[in-house]
Amino acid sequence: MLLGMCPALAVTTTAANGLGMGLATMFVLICSNVAISLLKNIIPNQVRLPCYIIIIAGFVTFVKQMLEAFIPWLYDSLGLFLPLIAVNCIIFGRAEAFASRNNPLKSAVDGAGMGIGFTLALLIMGSVREILGSGTLMAGTALAMDIPGFKDEPIILFVLPAGGFLTYGLIIAVMNKIMKKPARDISCETCPSKSVCKKYSDKQESK
Amino acid sequence: MEIAQKMIVILIAGVLTENFILSKFLGICPFLGVSKKISSSLGMGLAVMLTMVFATIFTFPIYTLVLVPLKIEYMSTITFVLIIALFVQIMEMVMRKYIPPLYESLGIFLPLITTNCAVLGVAILNIGGDFGFGLAIFNAFCAGLGFLIVMLLFSSIRERVEQSDIPHALKGTPITLIAAAIMSLSFVGFTF
Repeated sequence: MLLGMCPALAVTTTAANGLGMGLATMFVLICSNVAISLLKNIIPNQVRLPCYIIIIAGFVTFVKQMLEAFIPWLYDSLGLFLPLIAVNCIIFGRAEAFASRNNPLKSAVDGAGMGIGFTLALLIMGSVREILGSGTLMAGTALAMDIPGFKDEPIILFVLPAGGFLTYGLIIAVMNKIMKKPARDISCETCPSKSVCKKYSDKQESK
Repeated sequence: MEIAQKMIVILIAGVLTENFILSKFLGICPFLGVSKKISSSLGMGLAVMLTMVFATIFTFPIYTLVLVPLKIEYMSTITFVLIIALFVQIMEMVMRKYIPPLYESLGIFLPLITTNCAVLGVAILNIGGDFGFGLAIFNAFCAGLGFLIVMLLFSSIRERVEQSDIPHALKGTPITLIAAAIMSLSFVGFTF
């Protein structure tokens, strides 16, 4: 749950935004996984990363134009973070770690699984922040409702950037507590991009 | 005079009020990943600043001189990602060949920058704002400076946090995020 944090923090001021961002990312993830696994034998190994980047950015442009045409309010509220899906580490990480080694069907399922997980996480974050920060839930959609108590006295902190960090930190802390797992650290060993990272391979060599 | 005024506004916005990390949420991955030691966060911050400036120098003219006349502005994401990836590769090669000491200290951070959303973010924001070429470059520089300052401040906080006794469930990532929240809150103070 530590990848693709920038959108997770930035767009989750409301539940609907989080859901939209999650679905957009899921779509790109599935499409790019399938495309990369179909092309894996054609793409030369040395230039595989630029090729992946082009494929992913292509699908991102597609999603961006579709949203602009059909769901303009979501396009406006996601703003800058829509094109930034192209550099989301989740998509890149799955392309490198999974799609480049498996068949298209498996890659599509992997993309869907990862995408659902990411969407759920964004939805939870968005709901918590929207309830506490503005006292509503799913505002702007058909499911809109007010949360009594928070509607009159919202805790504005939670829709500010600081609230994003705080909510995310607390959610991870609660999950650590429930799962009783030792805290995971951010380091090279746990980094999902370590197979392509030069820093990591240099470190392994010097050992 | 008017230019100087604009530059001051951009400088204050980039470093304090519109800080990339703390109020725009760009470049969070390196912010949390590489901020354990002051020395490595200094390296990462400088590398990001350098890439931001040069990415703008390349992407801005290509957008205004190639994409706009051809009416294919929607290709901007693909083009920018490619230019940045290409530029980082070239910078790495040049640095390794001609300035080995700089490569030793900054080189390891360069591959990570390719997928850093702050660099792509600044390139996209620059073409969206009504900047000229010169101001766009200055804006990229200020955004990078803000990034560097926050990285340095945050790594100093983290070096202290590592030593302190905190509840088990909060160890590692959660306490880092909460520290970032408090820091972000203090930066909100510049806005109001």
